Amino acid sequence: MALLEVKNITKSFGKTEVLKGIDFSLEQGKVLSIIGSSGSGKTTLLRCLNFLESPDTGTISINGKTIYNAEQHKKIKDDELRSMRLHFGLVFQSFNLFPQYNVIENITLAPKLRLEEEKLSAAQKKARIDEINENAWALLKKIDLTEKAKSYPCELSGGQQQRVAIARALALSPDILCFDEPTSALDPELTGEVLRVIRELKDSNCTMIVVTHEMEFAKNISDEVIFMANGVIEEQGTPEDVFDNPKSPLTQSFLSKSLESF
Amino acid sequence: MGFWEVTLSLLEGLEQTCLIFALTLVLALPLGLVISFASMSKFKPLAYITKVFVWIIRGVPLMLQVIIVFYVPGFLLGTPLFSRFASVIAAFVINYACYFSEIYRGGIESISKGQYEAGQVLGMTKSQIFFKIVLKQVVKRILPPISNEVITLVKDTALARVIMIVEIIQAAQNYAAYGFMWPLFYTAVFYLIFVGILTLLFGYFEKKLDYFKA
Repeated sequence: MALLEVKNITKSFGKTEVLKGIDFSLEQGKVLSIIGSSGSGKTTLLRCLNFLESPDTGTISINGKTIYNAEQHKKIKDDELRSMRLHFGLVFQSFNLFPQYNVIENITLAPKLRLEEEKLSAAQKKARIDEINENAWALLKKIDLTEKAKSYPCELSGGQQQRVAIARALALSPDILCFDEPTSALDPELTGEVLRVIRELKDSNCTMIVVTHEMEFAKNISDEVIFMANGVIEEQGTPEDVFDNPKSPLTQSFLSKSLESF
Repeated sequence: MGFWEVTLSLLEGLEQTCLIFALTLVLALPLGLVISFASMSKFKPLAYITKVFVWIIRGVPLMLQVIIVFYVPGFLLGTPLFSRFASVIAAFVINYACYFSEIYRGGIESISKGQYEAGQVLGMTKSQIFFKIVLKQVVKRILPPISNEVITLVKDTALARVIMIVEIIQAAQNYAAYGFMWPLFYTAVFYLIFVGILTLLFGYFEKKLDYFKA
């Protein structure tokens, strides 16, 4: 059974139909890349998965359990929305770290706030806080920034900030980690360190959805590639299918433009 | 007319000045937040009414508002509703809360959408996002305009004398009636010290928040 099952997602903003019926599924531990030109709806799709936008129609299921059904979720309660969101992590194009917190605080803030809502004895609470801190340090080691634990976001490079944002998302152990053009705001020499972290996550069996303009990277890291155009999935398949033998003329022209060398 | 005698009576006036200043600040700062939320409300009629209210309060001279609060209930009901001092506080609090509310609104609306969304995808509640993430960034941004307003408030307290509150200027003017002008000029020293302390204080707060960029 697929970990994630997305069926017939549509989304309009006013009269503009941005998503016109998206269906796909994703297995545990696999990496899905979504490519396509600006305005094709890839970012909106990602925002729908994270419930920053609520889809107009369709369902989203995790492990066979429907967590979102547009029919039933016309008006979602805040609490329900929060627990739905925890299935997904999201790494933003512009990092969006919390500037007033240092690196380790950025990573532990959300887990600690969740802990405060639980009714626990002082001893239980202390044990859980230790656990959260330990986990944060382990994540910090994973992104290779232990020495920056007490630094503030303004003291970090873009690449370092994005790595912290990845650790922050992982701290809540989401089922699926989503990336919205994670390297688009970075200087070219800084993209490598971020892509390396994503690759390491793949090696540790993390399920990911990556919206990206880095075609080489998408080709290398993905198990599955979706090419979107005008709000629909124009082509879908393994990286070899999509990149090397694209069937749709739209995919062909997008790829030839994207891979054009000067 | 001895220097110390004048100083002592000016200090008595200063006590009223300080009281008006402190009470206005303590009440208007939180009330301003309530007004700013109302003016940003998704419930349009509330936002609209609030904006009209802020327009009226900011559009009418504070001195006139003090007079209105003190005299108008008396005209209408035959008996004054508030004491002189309470009238001054009521008028000042409402007036300053409206100015603060606009500063808050500017600060809150200047925080990027990405900060809210980052909080949302991390499963935070709306109030957690506001109090744990947004608020401190807002405070950092609005400190300079708030300090401006607070310094203006120090000097606006002199308007209280329009309904016979003996604050420091009125205390000095009582001497002017006898032909002594220098106590009036002397009050400037007290204002300068007062504002000097506030300037240092706000400088300290700004420095405290200097450790991050937002």
